[in-house]
This record gives sequence, C-alpha cells and structure tokens, in this order.
Amino acid sequence: MLAKRVIPCMDVKDGRVVKGVNFVNLRDAGDPIELAQRYDEQKADEVIFLDITATHEGRATTVALASRASEELHLPYCVGGGFRTVQDIRTMIAAGADKVSVNSAAVEDPTIITRAAAAFGSQAIICAIDAKQVAGNPNKWEVYVHGGRKNTGIDAVQWAQKVAACGAGEILLTSMDRDGSKDGFDIPLTRAIARAVDIPVIASGGVGTLEHFAEGIIEGEADAVLAASVFHFGTYTVRQVKEYLRSQGVHVRL
Amino acid sequence: MIAVVDYCKGNLKSVQRGLAAVGGEAEIVSDPARIASAQAIVLPGVGAFADASASMLQSGQMEVIRERIAQGVPFLGICLGLHLLFAEGTEGGNPTEPGLGVIPGVVDRMPSHDEAGAFYKVPHVGWNTIEPVQGANWGDCRLLAGIPAGEYFYFTHSYIACENDCTVAMTQHSVAFPSVVQRGNAYGVQFHPEKSSDAGLAVLRNFLSIVKEG
Repeated sequence: MLAKRVIPCMDVKDGRVVKGVNFVNLRDAGDPIELAQRYDEQKADEVIFLDITATHEGRATTVALASRASEELHLPYCVGGGFRTVQDIRTMIAAGADKVSVNSAAVEDPTIITRAAAAFGSQAIICAIDAKQVAGNPNKWEVYVHGGRKNTGIDAVQWAQKVAACGAGEILLTSMDRDGSKDGFDIPLTRAIARAVDIPVIASGGVGTLEHFAEGIIEGEADAVLAASVFHFGTYTVRQVKEYLRSQGVHVRL
Repeated sequence: MIAVVDYCKGNLKSVQRGLAAVGGEAEIVSDPARIASAQAIVLPGVGAFADASASMLQSGQMEVIRERIAQGVPFLGICLGLHLLFAEGTEGGNPTEPGLGVIPGVVDRMPSHDEAGAFYKVPHVGWNTIEPVQGANWGDCRLLAGIPAGEYFYFTHSYIACENDCTVAMTQHSVAFPSVVQRGNAYGVQFHPEKSSDAGLAVLRNFLSIVKEG
C-alpha cells in the first residue's frame, strides 16, 4: 500500500535555506543539501527546494544546487519557483531535479503544464497553488501568484481541476492564510481540493504541532504533508512526525 | 565498466551517482559499441515506452542490449527499463511498440480502479512495499539479498508489466503488479533504487555484487 508522505520544504535564496513567515521575515537555516541529507536519515520521503531568488545569478545558483543534489542525495527532490518557460524546466530537469513545481507561469499560460508534462511526464510536473480564503466566504478560496502578492481572482478548486486536466502530476497546495501561522493546515481548503482532483495533493502552510500533520492527512485527505520551519529549527524530526502519524493509523514508511 | 544507457533525453546522473555511491564504476553511454563492451548494462527509466523503443531501435542499442542479455551479461532495467525487458508496450504506442523481448507479455496502463471499483490515483507516485510472490523464491534472487519482504521503495509510474513466471516481487496499488522481475542475469525493478535511500542503495550494491562475481 502506498505510504502517505512527509516532505520537508526548504526555501532557498542564493543557495542557502531561509524560511519566510507569511512570505516575509527570512531567517537563515543552513545548507540545503546538508539539511536534505539530515531529513533523508530521518526518513523524509522527498524534499522540495523552493527557489525564492529573483535574480539571474541566483537562478544559476539553484541550477547548480539541483546538480549537486543529484550527486549527493538518494531520494526524490523537487525544485520550484521562478520557471517561466518549458526551457527553464528542461534546464532544471537536466541538472537532476526529479520534479519541478510551477506556479505563476501556469496561471499566465496553463499550456506550460501540458507542454512540460508531454516533454517530461506528468510525474515530473507539480502545480503549486497558493490559495487564500475569500473574505466572508468560508468555502471559497482564490489563487494568488507572484509569491502571494497578487490575487488572480481565480477560484482555487476550479483551478486545481484545470491544472489536473492539463496534465499536472501533483498539486502542492499552500494556504496563504495559514502559512507561517502554526495554526494547522486549512482543512476545508485541503479537503475541497483533494476531493476535486484525482492527482495527489500535498498540504502546505500552517503546521505547528504533530496533530496538525495527522489532521492534514486524515481530515484534509491529503496524500502528503509538507512543513519547513518545524523541521529546520528542530521542533520535530521527520521521524517523530511519522511515528505520530503511524500511532494515528496513517500508513507511513518508517 | 557498467554502461548506463542514454537512449534519449533526461537525467541519468542520479543512477550513475547511485552506482558510484556503492562503489560501482558507471559511465553514461549511448554508443552501441561501448554498450557492447561493457561488463554490465543499466537501463534507467526516462520518458515513454514508444519513444524509448524507437530511439533504441534507430540507434542500434536495442540489438546490442538484446545480444548482451542473451550472452548472460548482468542487466538492470529501472522503471521504464523494466518495461523495456518485456515484448511489447502500449505507452505512446500504436497500438504497441516492441521492447527487448527478454520477458514475454505486454506493458499496459495501470487501471485507476481496483476490482471492487475503488478509485486509485495514477500515476502511482511515492513509497510502497515490495512483497513476495507465491511460488517465486525471494531468497534465490540475488538482487534482493538482505532485503526484507515489505521494504519500501520509491515508485513513480503509470504503466505496469504483466505477471508471469519471471515475477519475483509484487506491489499493490489499484492492482498488484510486478515490482521486481528476473530472467537469468537480467533484472528489472519498477521502483527507482537511486531514489530509494538506503534500501535502494542496497539493491544497487547487490547488483554490483552480481556484476563482480558473475
């Protein structure tokens, strides 16, 4: 039986791990590969490097990071952030990334998902969705782009269905309301998206306790749970999270 | 030298680095003559069956690999590389394209529902266990030496091989499908050992032992 996944996520800027709280206030959390190897030892199922560098030089650093990761890591990894074209994606996959995640570029032109999936397979293309609840409407969320700064007005559930139809292999769903809050995943959002699509959904944004991880899978119906700072700053090890999940009846690899 | 066969686009470095991590001397090669002189052949999993089949036929790799497998040279097919051990595949085919034909049968899309009608997500992505097949002897499969039944490996695929007497281990998703196959010195794994952490490196180490000890 397929195990539910626990995925540490590293925000990477100029080759170093940082963590944004509500997408601001960056703190240095170290070398991406060293951290990833530590997570591998703790039984992380994969890792995600999110490139939050804006400059051309910074992008080149991230390609070099992907290349180094393919040499030193023996677990799957995804690189996300800043892809504009299929050629950008090709460069990252050629450098060694197993998967890439696409966000803003897909909103501007959803065919980038179709074209990238045709070239590299759906399993290699994750569509990242940053969603924020519409004020006064607890069951409606809209898609934000450009690092959460710009509201597109697109309904998140419909967008999820659209990207799945375009050939995305997974959805990385981040709640803008919960990200950095430590209040737990946005369960209604996660469940709404998980039920709307037939591709895996990775829940992201808001984890503060062990219970939150279990809620994301059991109540949110997510296939994988993602967290950053609770891992980077040593609040929990990945193994502790998985042991807790197993104690709650969730099937995990330990 | 272990030839990691480059049969089109894609990243093969992680396979090469996985073999290097357990002490193997692996080179990424596309030239059929170089493949023919290699001590062992690894066919990694990149792309779709039809593309790989066409590219390997055109380059002459298909014929060389077939010959070397027939001569008993150790072979490891990973993911699509396992698929290519079979006679035919439907992925991207019209309706099927030829594989190496070492193992009979057709590689086809994984169904998205089980027998009871329950829905499963395809592609099958993530960590899953490999389980023994009734009648097959896990203990005799050198690729699995020291690996317990129920060990987790990383999978990412939408197509599956058919079960037959070459099946050594099975994995359960919407249906049970072959996750380790063997015919003589030719092995195939549906999972990615190079992405399966310590358990995956153990499989690559076992393959290296097969290469060294013959």
